[in-house]
Amino acid sequence: MSEPTAVVHKLEPNKWIDNYSDYLFNYAIVRVNNHDLAKDLVQETFFAGLKSAKNFEGKSTERTWLISILKRKIIDYYRKINSKKGQAEVRMNFYEDGENEGSWIEERVPQSWENEAEKKIESKELHNQIDDCIDHLPEKYAMVFRMKTIQEFDTEDICKELDITPSNLWVIIHRARTQLRKCLEENWFNN
Amino acid sequence: MFKNFKITCDEATTICDKNQYGEATFVEKVKLQLHFLSCKICRMYTKHNTLLTKIYKKKAKSDRAQKATLCMSHDEKERLRKEFEKLSA
Repeated sequence: MSEPTAVVHKLEPNKWIDNYSDYLFNYAIVRVNNHDLAKDLVQETFFAGLKSAKNFEGKSTERTWLISILKRKIIDYYRKINSKKGQAEVRMNFYEDGENEGSWIEERVPQSWENEAEKKIESKELHNQIDDCIDHLPEKYAMVFRMKTIQEFDTEDICKELDITPSNLWVIIHRARTQLRKCLEENWFNN
Repeated sequence: MFKNFKITCDEATTICDKNQYGEATFVEKVKLQLHFLSCKICRMYTKHNTLLTKIYKKKAKSDRAQKATLCMSHDEKERLRKEFEKLSA
């Protein structure tokens, strides 16, 4: 009896677009939530794949290999938005120092909601308002919040994919949710 | 002994947010409950948060139903193909 020989996979770049563009695009868009950006990431992935095709050892499938390139592109993108300064900075809701450190800042204190009516929670208008509020968050908050809450990824997976720690993630989720609550209060519930 | 359990509103709401995903630890939940005893604001935050979680879940469901059909357009793929062929030539 002969030993089973390991399958050596080959790359066929001329078939990549037909075979993988939808798959990679879907992978990207659920993470970055932006059509053009997802498209650019797919393009960059194919280009980078072609460039490094000679390093492909055939140990994984073509698809797994391409996804690993796309994953790196997504981490790079996250790092880029993470280091962006000054734009759409999240508003502080709690005092950061002094004797009130950690207490609510007066004008950010939650107000009671007037129309909490349950019937409204499925309306298209509310969903649009949520998107609008999310889009007003700094990009990295929006990205992590969406991955966790809308795509419902596991904490562990998000941390691995974006190379962040769980406590990092919870700070981001906390800031995003506090900000969103305020935005929805002003534009939906007490509007 | 309760001194270690005393937390700020910032910490309380962080735990509350974590709890929306079912990921707060037992000790964190105890701290949160103790904080509620003396903080009406964070109680309200939590009430809103619970409703928002319900809303976000509904939105997640409807978004995913839409996203399932999202892909690159035929034109976008053709443009990509041309760029790609230039590069591989």
